[in-house]
Amino acid sequence: MPEARSTTAEEPVDPDIDLHDPVQRRQSGESQAPVVAMVAIGGAIGACARYGAGLIWTTAPGAFPWTTLLINAVGCAVIGVFMVLITDFWSAHRLVRPFFGTGVLGGFTTFSTYATDIRALVDGGHARTGLAYLALTLVAALVAVWAAASATRRLVAGRIAARAERFERADETAEEAGAR
Amino acid sequence: MNWLLVIVGAVVGAPARYLTDRAVQRRHDSAFPWGTFTINVVGCLVLGLITGAVAEGAASSHVQLLVGTGFCGTLTTYSTFSYETLRLAESGARFYAAANAVASVAAGLGAAFTGTALAQAFWA
Repeated sequence: MPEARSTTAEEPVDPDIDLHDPVQRRQSGESQAPVVAMVAIGGAIGACARYGAGLIWTTAPGAFPWTTLLINAVGCAVIGVFMVLITDFWSAHRLVRPFFGTGVLGGFTTFSTYATDIRALVDGGHARTGLAYLALTLVAALVAVWAAASATRRLVAGRIAARAERFERADETAEEAGAR
Repeated sequence: MNWLLVIVGAVVGAPARYLTDRAVQRRHDSAFPWGTFTINVVGCLVLGLITGAVAEGAASSHVQLLVGTGFCGTLTTYSTFSYETLRLAESGARFYAAANAVASVAAGLGAAFTGTALAQAFWA
């Protein structure tokens, strides 16, 4: 399956904007207004989801911040799925990625709350909880994005192979019909 | 009212991340994701400052929601950070991937502590 190998090569490094990618470099010269608007709308949706989750599953001072950990891990898993789909499988409109990847997921996940919560735990005399949270979030986020992207790539590669096989069979049938 | 504060902060924070990332990439053609790194560290500094100011009674919980939950929470990102780390590792830049993970966490934490210390120095 040569398609399976080539899938990761085209994914950018930076999912928000990657100027190493020639298509994105070209597009970045075009008007930024629609992109910025979609990023803003997506960001507001992501932030509301994060704020709402925090209201439902509150974290007491000094307690392990499970809610933020899960928000970040879920956001990382979803971006793993989303980036593979949008790069390799799904020729989406050019505003879909700014809206969902940069806006919704970027707004949903947070690095600043992660760091300041560790600071609060350490300063509040819960250094061990703070360090456990530091390590566990990092591991959960990286495992989530890796596992989600790998699983999606396998699925996509299978689909692409099945699609190619279908086309081949259709070609053969057409040839046979032509010969007759 | 609280939701509105979060939304207003987010509507500024998300485009600020996008535009800063773009501006940093234009100036530095490097494999290391300096854009996201810079944004996350700056966001940690500002949130540390706000959290400290609220703790000292110098800022209200409305400021916390607007600038903290809304702006800083949306400005900074874990999903972009983890995806970039994964892509660096997969494309063979293992050192950059490890450096990005370690440096982002270390610098983000340092910024959060610095921000809170500054707030205490200003308002305590």
